[in-house]
Amino acid sequence: MFLTQTTLVLVGTVLLGITAGLVGTFAYLRRRALAGDVIAHAALPGLCLAFLITQSHSMSVLLAGALITGVAGAFLMSLLRRVSRLRQDAILGTVLSIAYGLGIALTRAIQNHYRNERGADLESFIIGRAATMLKGDVLQIGAATIGCGIVVLVIYKELKLLSFDESFCRVQGWPATRLDLLLMFLTAVTVIAGLPAVGVVLTAALLIIPAAAARFWTDRLSHMMAISAGMGGVSGAVGTLLSARLDQMPTGPLVVLTASSLFVVSWMLAPKRGWLWNRGVSREELATAAEEILAANPSGGPEVAS
Amino acid sequence: MNAPDSPDAILDIHDMTVAYDRRPVLWNIDLTLPEPGLIAIVGPNGAGKSTLIKAVMGLVPVVSGRVSVWGQSVEQQRQRIGYVPQRESVDWDFPINVLETVLMGTYGQLGWFRRPKAKHRQWALECLERVGMQDFATRQIGQLSGGQQQRVFLARALAQDAHLYFMDEPMAGVDAATERIIFELLENLRNAGRAIVLVHHDLRTVAEYFDEVVLLNVRIVASGPVATTFTPEKLQATYGGRLSILDTMSEAVRSQQESV
Repeated sequence: MFLTQTTLVLVGTVLLGITAGLVGTFAYLRRRALAGDVIAHAALPGLCLAFLITQSHSMSVLLAGALITGVAGAFLMSLLRRVSRLRQDAILGTVLSIAYGLGIALTRAIQNHYRNERGADLESFIIGRAATMLKGDVLQIGAATIGCGIVVLVIYKELKLLSFDESFCRVQGWPATRLDLLLMFLTAVTVIAGLPAVGVVLTAALLIIPAAAARFWTDRLSHMMAISAGMGGVSGAVGTLLSARLDQMPTGPLVVLTASSLFVVSWMLAPKRGWLWNRGVSREELATAAEEILAANPSGGPEVAS
Repeated sequence: MNAPDSPDAILDIHDMTVAYDRRPVLWNIDLTLPEPGLIAIVGPNGAGKSTLIKAVMGLVPVVSGRVSVWGQSVEQQRQRIGYVPQRESVDWDFPINVLETVLMGTYGQLGWFRRPKAKHRQWALECLERVGMQDFATRQIGQLSGGQQQRVFLARALAQDAHLYFMDEPMAGVDAATERIIFELLENLRNAGRAIVLVHHDLRTVAEYFDEVVLLNVRIVASGPVATTFTPEKLQATYGGRLSILDTMSEAVRSQQESV
């Protein structure tokens, strides 16, 4: 074998991190970051149902089931938003909890029923078990993430327009609803691809954290995507290597913790937007700045409507 | 306006009704715009001014009615329609600079997958120059004043090179300098044969700058040339019993009539 298990997992998590960084940039800017979390949790019952229906242990069959219920969870969420008048956070919390509760109950029931004979190790999807991923799994997951990453780069211009100004996007004749659905689908595929290594509970963090960290360093979308993808890839690599070094430490949480460290560093140290940079701004300086603006623009204030 | 339906009218709205939560916000709108010009839509808060232009562009669903532009559906004429949304409708902290924002105006012509080239950048810079913002091309849009942000939105609409523009309160909350620049720009567009439909809140400037006015309060109260439509009686009918506003308005109308 050319690849050691660690190298294999490394390839998978780095690709995952890069794609999650790219897709996550748009999820973050569209304020859809938590939708990824709902998709991940809604994926768990799908994994179980896929196993119960097909009795297959194949990763692609299980993940296909996960994708179906994950996307269904996302649709349920947007349906509830339209028909129920519930607030967004209440909807997210409700759908996520129901799906997760159902998923946990099903995994346990399957575990109990099959004991150790022919049961799939579904509980490993809850926080992920990268160490046991097979070469075939990694290849499939790698192909899915590379595919998503390429689609995002190809329709970069269209996604940028949609994310910044949806009504302008529509007025120009772009199919904004379908673009939005495509972005949701890319988010879902990325999340599902992350389940074997990072797990239901933590995968969404890979969408949110690198993108949020990247925002501190730049005011340009293209740069933000590059930085976010880079941080995602580095988190995947460092998390995997740490997990290989440290006995019994799961990969997923270490990947997420690495990403979180990068986030904290970004938040503290980034120029202009960072905490350290803004710490020195005093009340007096703000007052002076306000005075300068008013002086330069005497008619300054907003016109009062008659 | 209110001319008999002509298939070649720039804009022809027929029997349009829009409702939110079963409450009509626009009722039975009939409006024909046969010729280019500068058209103001005015009316009290909640009259449906923004909804009217959004419904025409297909941004909000209509209960009934049809809209044609140059005798065709809006969908077929997207390339010739420009839009300036309300400034509050976007996140100004978005990671994008002024030039990139203006370049978005060219996306419609670019079509799928193609990226803006040097000539598009040149064009976007020209549009920025027309609103006096060329020196801000590389600024992040959040670091601009409200008036400057509004001018960036106008430059983006200019980059669309449209023949029919819808603008949603471009003068709201802008400084006097920006307002002058915008009116100058609108007059240039009108003189170049473009039609501009503008949601407007400042009654004092209607008579001075606009050719036609639409008085809207859920229904169209009156529409036509400013001279015959923008009268105290019709304004009273539009604004109803809001007396405090009415005083200001009739004063505004009087001072306009004196100055004309």
